Order: sequence, then structure tokens, then C-alpha cells
Amino acid sequence: MKFVDEFRDPELARATLSAIRKEVTEPWVLMEICGGQTHSIMRYGLDQLLPAMVELVHGPGCPVCVTPLEQIDKALEIASRPEVIFASYGDMLRVPGSGKDLFSVHATGGDVRVVYSPLDAVKLAQQHSQQEVVFFAIGFETTAPANAMAVEQAHSLGLENFSVLVSHSRVPPAMHAILSSPECRVQGFLAAGHVCAVMGYWEYEPISDQYKVPIVVTGFEPLDILQGVLMAIRQLEQGRAEVENAYSRAVIYDGNQHAQQLIDRVFMVCDRKWRGIGNIPSSGWCLRPEYSRFDAELRFAVEDLAPRESQLCISGQILQGLKKPLDCPAFGLQCTPEEPLGATMVSTEGACAAYFRYGDVKAVADSSVGERR
Amino acid sequence: MSETIDTVTMEGAVCPVPLQPSEQIMLGHGSGGRLMHRLIESLFLPAFDNPVLRVGNDAGRISIQGDAPLAVSTDAHVVWPLFFPGGDIGRLAVCGTVNDVSMLGADPRFLTASFILEEGVPTGLLRKVVESMQAAAAEAGVEIIAGDTKVVEKGKADGLYITTAGFGTILPGLEIGGDKARPGDRVLLSGPIGDHGIAVLSARGELGFEAQVESDVAPLNHLASAIVSASHGIHVLRDPTRGGVATSLNEIARASQIGIVLEEGSIPVRPAVQSACEMLGFDPLYVANEGKLIAIVAEQEAETVLDAMRGERYGEEATLIGTVTEEPPGRVLMKTLIGSHRVVDELSGEMLPRIC
Repeated sequence: MKFVDEFRDPELARATLSAIRKEVTEPWVLMEICGGQTHSIMRYGLDQLLPAMVELVHGPGCPVCVTPLEQIDKALEIASRPEVIFASYGDMLRVPGSGKDLFSVHATGGDVRVVYSPLDAVKLAQQHSQQEVVFFAIGFETTAPANAMAVEQAHSLGLENFSVLVSHSRVPPAMHAILSSPECRVQGFLAAGHVCAVMGYWEYEPISDQYKVPIVVTGFEPLDILQGVLMAIRQLEQGRAEVENAYSRAVIYDGNQHAQQLIDRVFMVCDRKWRGIGNIPSSGWCLRPEYSRFDAELRFAVEDLAPRESQLCISGQILQGLKKPLDCPAFGLQCTPEEPLGATMVSTEGACAAYFRYGDVKAVADSSVGERR
Repeated sequence: MSETIDTVTMEGAVCPVPLQPSEQIMLGHGSGGRLMHRLIESLFLPAFDNPVLRVGNDAGRISIQGDAPLAVSTDAHVVWPLFFPGGDIGRLAVCGTVNDVSMLGADPRFLTASFILEEGVPTGLLRKVVESMQAAAAEAGVEIIAGDTKVVEKGKADGLYITTAGFGTILPGLEIGGDKARPGDRVLLSGPIGDHGIAVLSARGELGFEAQVESDVAPLNHLASAIVSASHGIHVLRDPTRGGVATSLNEIARASQIGIVLEEGSIPVRPAVQSACEMLGFDPLYVANEGKLIAIVAEQEAETVLDAMRGERYGEEATLIGTVTEEPPGRVLMKTLIGSHRVVDELSGEMLPRIC
């Protein structure tokens, strides 16, 4: 398939791997920000092929994983109401809230629907004028423009029965949070290519300067990731800390201006809680006051819902790159994709789900993990 | 941008309490993946337990009073939409059961069919479905010898559902089943994967684009019969329907307690299916097929069997996709093009709409 196969080419991958091997003289820890990159790394077994001195740790860039419990509980509460059609990206249906998930709301009669685009939810609102249509607007900078467009469209159509439950996160403040933690091991970042396609990469320069870390804008195919690793390692070996772009076929410095303006018209920066990590200042987007009539939290009066999470799994440390899925005593035993303890096991982009699905082949040979069912 | 964060409130390991195993049936229980296996193992198997059922093939192998062994299978069809590119619920209802019977190496002869019809369904639509069933039955060479019709109130069903059962005779001495794969065997696949799942998804109009893909729904009994006649070294036949090739191979690996290693570049996928999967984030290995089979055969028989498959209408694009190994038992691995290995797990729950 054109524009995909070229970036999975085995010969070029081997050549890049050998370039990485030549470059490395000491151990380095890199974090890939995006869950899509984690998924590719596991799917193509890239971690097995990299030299042992290059360690990849998995970042917090899975929107499903970091959506806080109270937002999930609000979703469950709203979706259970008889007058509501609750529209969501498919991945959110299995994320456990307090005691249930959207799939179980659906099984008990809630009208929960999977949509592929927020604009489909707007269409639903037009088609079902007697019902309330609520869209679960989650995600990073990548989904924000489309979610903002849905709100603008509902506004210009004068829809009274459409609202959004917003849970938007921004990557740069999370990188600050990770780097300012005293336990931080990360020495370089593979920045999330699709986030940068929207936002550009000017936001990362102050981070690279402040913490002296290389940041390489990286794509999602095996060759993209290996190229990102090579550029980050080269910087580290040469003592440089700069922002570089290894994903120039999709990303320019300023990003997509139209998308940024769209986001800015509808959303404003706010503090946000990340599941597994905690509160990170300025790390989210919420609706601007002029669009508050589309705010599902206000419309359904669920803004005060604040459940406490129990302390069972280590997804918090995993999302900060402090631990890996196989360090978790519950991995594959009490915690599986069907009965996830933590959000990192739920989404296909979650680090634990990627490990479970594609496995660490060495670990599979080890019967304690091999017998995980 | 000047966002410096001095302190971040770290709550430590925060996570929700585990959800209890589901107390109600979820869509995922019908996906053909792990949730469904669990339901079978925890509910159906203990209730109906007997040696035939315990083998766990899609068809049961029975003998009545010393006659030639029979393969018996039953399959309910609830696909929506009722008509899709390349097929319809009628053709599916015949082929699904014919194929399940054929995968024991049996020669399917007779089917039964029961219809659950929703009040208000146009008779003309039912006629089209029934004519399609008859055409598929004629192609397979089977007869529909008994049936039943029920009508439920409007809104209590979605158009119509069809359940078929199939009966076929097994040649004496033939021992084919999911538990018969042995280390060294070769894994053969009859053609490109994922056509049915993508065709149905596209026909539902939910993709936002139209994939130019036709369902592969077809009766595989003639292909299966050609395979069985070509060699005595056939150990497993399996049609990878819901859950796709990945799930079927996991079932075989578990039942036979062997490992299976696939070669990434060798698994055929049509470009239109590959594109749709890339866009939707699906892996074709998990997408349903209704006209493909996996044959696991003794190493030295692989070429002979491949030749026989390629001589048949539904096996022209047959190819070798992997090898059976001793290790790791019960698991399927993929050797990637760039030389690493990864685990190919079975489908877990439901992400796809119902497709058969």
C-alpha cells in the first residue's frame, strides 16, 4: 500500500538499525509520547531489535488511558439517562468507571453509539430532535480540531439538543510534569507526530531548552520510529539538545494554522487531571464561556461528581515512564483487556494492552506470563 | 509558550477497582473471541458436557449404531445489512454451516433451516433471501430437508434471522480436527483475508467511505474435498470466520498444544482491505472471512496440497503462511518482515459491528 509500505521496508529498517548501533556508546532512555508509537513498537518488535543500550519507555499519550475517572463516571451517568443518545469513539466503551463501563450501560438499555467522527454526532442530533445527543469529546491536540468543529457546527445550526462532555489534554504540559519529577529517567523524547501535525513543534523548544533534552518529532511506521530513535541518540551522543523533525512528510514548524484557530475559537486552556498521574496545570482544554450551553456537564448537572480511585495498579508509573507493564504483578493475571484494572490495559494504544496483545516474546517463553489466561 | 511547572501533584498509583466478570450478556460475548470462549467454557460446556462437545470443533463428530461417522453443525445468522456486496444473509446461512461441516473433512449433504421473521418484512425480500439460499445450496450440492418459521412482533427482531444445521458423512479413517496439528506441519491459507468483514462494514455505510470490496462468502466443501483427496497428511481444516485468522490459529494452537509461527509478508490481503484496515485501525488478521480456510498439513504434503487447492475455484490464491512449532505451546507468533517476533493474540471483545 503506497505511502505505508515504504515506511515498513525491511532493508531500510535494517540499515537504520545498524546506523543506531554504530552511534550508541552509552545507555540512553528515550520516551515515545504517543500510544500509537508504543503500539507500533510492540507490533513490529522494534524494542527487540534496538541495541540493549537504547531503552524505550512509554509515555502518557493515550487519550483513553489518561481520561480521568470522574469524566468516565460522568459519561456513565449521562449515558444512562433515557432521553440521551451518547456518542463516543469506540475505544472509550470499555474503559472502566466506578463499577461499570459504557458497554454495560448499553447492555442495560442505554443508547450508546460508536461514531467515527464528532460530526456524525452532530448529524445524530439533527436526526433525533426529541432526544439529547451527547458526544464524549476526548483526546489530545489531534482530535481537538474536529471536536471544536462539531461544537461550531452545532452552534451555527442552532442545535438545542447537542452537547459535549469534554476531556481534552495537551502534550507539552505533560512533558513538563514528567521532566520535573525527581524520579524522571527520560533523556530524550520522540514527540507525537500527529499532535505536531496540528500544533507544529514550536511549543517544544522551551522544553528542550529548559531541561536540556532532545525532542524529535516522530511518526508511527517502523521506519519513522527508528529514524526518530536514530536522531535522538545522535543528539545525545553529541551532547546536543534540540527539537528536530523526523516526520516532515506530515509536520511543519507552525503546524496547521486553521486547526489551531479553530481550537482557539472554541476551547481555552485549563488545568486538568490525568488518570494515573494527577493534576497538571494548564494541561487541558475546556469550552470557552460563549459555548458553555454545549457543555454536557452543566446541562446534566454532573460537574460535582468526584469519585476516588483505589490504589491497585501501577498505570500511573507506567504513564510516566517509571515502570513497564511487565513490572506489574497484576499484568496478565488479574488485569487483562477483558477485565482491565487500569486504563493502560483498555485502549489498543495503552502500553499494557500493547504488551498483552503483541507480547514480549521473551516473557511469553517464561511460563509465569505465558500462562496468563 | 511559558509553562513551567514547579510542583505536580502526583497521586501515585491511581486506578479503578476491577470490574466484576460481566453479569449480563454483552455484544462482545458474540464476537467469536475470548469473551465468547469464556462463556462457552463457564456456562454451556458444564451444562451440556459430553465427549463430542468437549473436542471443541465447529462441528461435532458422531456415530449412530456403527454407521459411517457424521459431522453435525449448527449456526445462527444475524448479519446486518441483510444484503451486502458479494452476498446476503441467505447465502451466508447456507455457506456458514456447509463450511463448518466440511472442516471435519466431511461431505455435507443435508441442511435444515429455521427462520425468525420480524412482522412487516416484505415477502419479496424474503423470497430473494430464499432464492439465494437455494442457489448456494445448489452450488454446494446440499439439500434443505426440514425447516421452521416463526414470526415475532415488529421491533422484536431486526428483519430476519436464519439458523441452519448441517449433516455430512465423514470418510472412514479420516481424523481431522483442531487438536491434530503437530510440530513441523505447514500452515496453508486458501486466499486473501478480511474481505467479508470489510464488505459488511462498508455496506453499513458507517465508514464514511465505500470500500470496493466484495464479501468472500462461499461454500468451501468442494475445496475441502479436493484437499482431503489430495493427501492423507491433512491434520486441521478451519474456516476463520468471526475473530479472523488470528483467533482461529489461537484456537488450534491451544487445542493442539503447539506453537504457530507466521511469516508477516506471506499473508495475502487485498489492497482495498488493507487500506480500509489502515484507516480504521484494524488488523486484517482479526477481520472475518466467510469463504477462506486454513489447512494445517504434514510438512512433506504442503506442496501437493497447495497444488490441489490452487486447482479449485475458491483456492486459486492459496499460499503457505507459517509453520507449526513445539514452542511456545498454545501461542501464535508472527515473524515480522524486519526480523523481530511478536505475539498474535486472539480477538478479545467486540469492536466490530455484527457481521455474520
